[in-house]
Amino acid sequence: MNTTRRQFLASAAAGSLLLPSCVRRAGKPVPGSLVGPSAETGHRLRVGQFPPPAREEKHAVVIVGGGVAGLAAARKLQQLGCGDFLLLELEPEPGGNSRSGENSVSPYPWGAHYVTLPGEDATEVLELYEELGLITGKNADGLPVYEESALVADPSERLFLNGRWQEDLLPTSGATGLDRGEFERFHTLITHFKAARGNDGARAFTIPVDRSSTDPRFTALDQITARQWLHSENLHSERLHWYLDYVCRDDFGGTIDQVSAWAAVHYFASRNGRAANADPDVVLTWPNGNGWLIGQLREPVAAKIRTRHLAWSVAPNSEGKVQIDAFDFESNQSVRFQANTAIVCTPWFVTRKIVQPLSRNPDFPLEYGPWVSANLTLRELPAGAGFGPAWDNVFYNSRSLGYVVATHQSLAQPKGPTVITWYAALCDGPAAAEREKAAARSHAQWCEIILEDLRRVHPEIDALVRNIDVCVWGHGMIRPVPGVLCHPGRKQMAQPAGAIHFAHSDLSGFSVFEEAYTRGVQAAKAAAHPLAPFSA
Amino acid sequence: MPQPLSERAVRLLLLASVFAIATCGLVYELIAGTLASYLLGDSVTQFSTVIGVYLFAMGIGSWLSKYAERNLLGTFIQVEFLIGLIGGASAALLFTLFGLVDSFRVVLYALVLLVGTLVGIEIPLLLRILKDRIVFKDLVSQVFTFDYIGALLASLLFPLVLVPHLGLVRSSFLFGILNTLVGLVSLWLLRDQIPWARGHQSVGLATLALLAAGFIQSDQILAWSESAQYPDKVIHTRSSAYQRIVITRGQDDLRLYLNGNLQFSRRDEYRYHEALVHPGLSRVPERRRVLVLGGGDGLAVREILKYPDVEEITLVDLDPEITELFTRQDLLAALNGNALRNPKVKIVNADAFTWLKSQTATFDFVVADFPDPSNFSVGKLYTTAFYRELRRVLSPAGAVAIQSTSPYVARQSFWCVVNTLEAVGWIAAPYHVYVPSFGEWGFVLASPGPLPGPPKLPAPLRYLTPETMNALFDFPPDMNAVPTGVNQLNNQVLVRLFEQEWKHFVH
Repeated sequence: MNTTRRQFLASAAAGSLLLPSCVRRAGKPVPGSLVGPSAETGHRLRVGQFPPPAREEKHAVVIVGGGVAGLAAARKLQQLGCGDFLLLELEPEPGGNSRSGENSVSPYPWGAHYVTLPGEDATEVLELYEELGLITGKNADGLPVYEESALVADPSERLFLNGRWQEDLLPTSGATGLDRGEFERFHTLITHFKAARGNDGARAFTIPVDRSSTDPRFTALDQITARQWLHSENLHSERLHWYLDYVCRDDFGGTIDQVSAWAAVHYFASRNGRAANADPDVVLTWPNGNGWLIGQLREPVAAKIRTRHLAWSVAPNSEGKVQIDAFDFESNQSVRFQANTAIVCTPWFVTRKIVQPLSRNPDFPLEYGPWVSANLTLRELPAGAGFGPAWDNVFYNSRSLGYVVATHQSLAQPKGPTVITWYAALCDGPAAAEREKAAARSHAQWCEIILEDLRRVHPEIDALVRNIDVCVWGHGMIRPVPGVLCHPGRKQMAQPAGAIHFAHSDLSGFSVFEEAYTRGVQAAKAAAHPLAPFSA
Repeated sequence: MPQPLSERAVRLLLLASVFAIATCGLVYELIAGTLASYLLGDSVTQFSTVIGVYLFAMGIGSWLSKYAERNLLGTFIQVEFLIGLIGGASAALLFTLFGLVDSFRVVLYALVLLVGTLVGIEIPLLLRILKDRIVFKDLVSQVFTFDYIGALLASLLFPLVLVPHLGLVRSSFLFGILNTLVGLVSLWLLRDQIPWARGHQSVGLATLALLAAGFIQSDQILAWSESAQYPDKVIHTRSSAYQRIVITRGQDDLRLYLNGNLQFSRRDEYRYHEALVHPGLSRVPERRRVLVLGGGDGLAVREILKYPDVEEITLVDLDPEITELFTRQDLLAALNGNALRNPKVKIVNADAFTWLKSQTATFDFVVADFPDPSNFSVGKLYTTAFYRELRRVLSPAGAVAIQSTSPYVARQSFWCVVNTLEAVGWIAAPYHVYVPSFGEWGFVLASPGPLPGPPKLPAPLRYLTPETMNALFDFPPDMNAVPTGVNQLNNQVLVRLFEQEWKHFVH
């Protein structure tokens, strides 16, 4: 212990401590750029006025949208031997919310950056992880053994609280007996929900969400917000409320006052996966976050992906099949695709614009939370008092979600530069207003917001930053506000319209890999065998 | 001879000195508080006790000030010089003494008490000096106004300018110089009112010279205070990209420290390195290709080269500065018998884990001589994931020798390494040796299959014989096996055990 303090002191005494913080003068711009889903191409859809198709192609299946659901559908079609398909993606790279990037220092995520251990109900996902070698075998008790390097390396989480870092995110450091009592009761409630099954025999909370029980004892939680639920359980600790608010913002892009209690409980209680070589709450992650999964899904179908293609109309044709019109940004032409079946894997706010006629227009509130993420290339990982750097680093009472360290999973001894990904769900005001504000900000303005947040925990951050790339996600993810998850209309949305199938995590009510993947696989199976009934 | 100053100028000058000494006074307090919290931890306690003692000492100083009866100006100037000297040198003193004394707190609070007392004398003296020149109500108002503004300035300067730009030691000297200058300027302007002015001046100039020397030499002072932390003479220091390398030389001894931790002492390193290499290497049936991970000092390689049938040794060490040093520096190269210059030896400066993952060749024997698992990064080199990789590059009849900390001090940590190896299918044979400069030290010999015996030791060894070697594998009850978790990348059980076990151990 003394050695470290001595070293720290030596640097302080020698004057090197914090010295570089004055290297960058205030106002000097940080290198980097605004990246992200192109507003220009998306905007094109709103304006419309596409040229009539200049040519026509025929395929057995056309997939619209190359996020997790679309790629999962493509990969599954390939596996099923249905090779004549095409995937249309608007962006230059597929991946959706799981897109990632890379620079000379490290690969890094732009959005989704971990998955939890799949439980028994997530059969499709378990199968995928076996195929990808993430599950390397089973132990004597039949529990899956996970590839160790994909399990989040210890230490996984820390929280900056009262000027120091503590291990784990639950704010226990300096908590009163009252707080601790409430943490305990919260934990008991969650344990109860984890084990609970409904009158239909299904788990109360599970992934995929549609395999959860429909027992009204549990679905009633979807009528209230997460905060209302805490109060109804007589849980009033400010720390506990902060914690649940953090969880809601982190996983659903909304506050504790916006997100449904059912969703908040589902986040904890659906984690029923187990592993032979890890604690149940451990997650799987990679330097580029879920970008690794995207790479794996994409690899076998890469040749069938058409990027920079905006599908602007998906409609039944006269033969009862499907006709898809797409605008190719490369050639500036529209192309018409005739397909036996189509799988529409776009977010619902896009789907309802491009699919005609779409009889179902659910009456529940469809809300998308805007997000911002930023990748900061640093000369080295910043230090700090208390518990050492973890994978996920969160600041108590900040409006940001903190940052994850891209090089955390590296097996090498740390040396020099690193990349950290900073996140914030923009949920302080109405989504549309936040979206507008976010879109209007310049790179320099974002940098200042991000650095101001980081300075609170790392006063030396300015001196460490080499580059900041910022990504604004206008429609980051669907927000599971009360009423969405247990609304009967939600399940209707997933029903195919003739030869048009749908797959997207929006149909689940929140954005997680497992939901999108499972829907993609199911839609592929249904599209490949048009007579097979769709089942949840 | 300059004209005597007007009363107004004298007044202004004395008020300006209030401002200067207030700034200096707070800076010393902040330096002591900062140093204490860095060195002793728990910043809340350190800061509040330092501030408390300092304020109390100022009270003592104020009380003592009444005993200054005559020659107030002379006393004030002497106090300024004293504060300049002691306060100015305080950071350097504390920093140096931390490594030397057992009861650092006594030194700390004594120094804080002394500086506080002297600072406490200043303002009452000045009030008395000024009382005949300024109306009392204006005097009190003005003196305290400047005092508090000075305090504000100090509290802003300290974190924003001083610590970042100058560091604690230089800042402390700088403010010592400022204090001395206040004394000297007052002396020079009022010298006709002060007896023994010339004598005071010599003292002031000498103080100034000392402090200036300290300011200029503060890097050397720091280096010296670092060397004071080692029992022997420091003959080489260098900060590489990964660590602080210090080599010391004493009477027939030579020691290597990395980040302040002893790596070997020439007197007994043969015990460590013979024990690391021979119990395993003497028993593997074939030993053409040997891999050494860590161990850039070449001492393990020296032992391996004692087997003529070894054809190729690959040494993988992260830090090129270390391997360079032990290849080129004559004194150190003599220690490893020029092992690193041997044509059989191939040196690779790379990260062991990533290098290992990229390997397709196999080795007959591997030595893993990593630093103790004292942090999460090094801890990765002791995980099931690492041992699986190790298994992949080892020939089926081969073996691995792993340094695995002290089974006496860190019993659970030691057995955690054993249990981790066994969890991924290795046959683990733990053993230990007494190395006087380290104490009881532990190793694990691990192999995919049973090793043939008996060993064929090369001659001559200084410590190991077939008899002593057998004894190494016996564990007395106080170091015997304990159940522990298995160390994985995703739980780092070992690092957590290690920290607990070494936390209270002072060697």
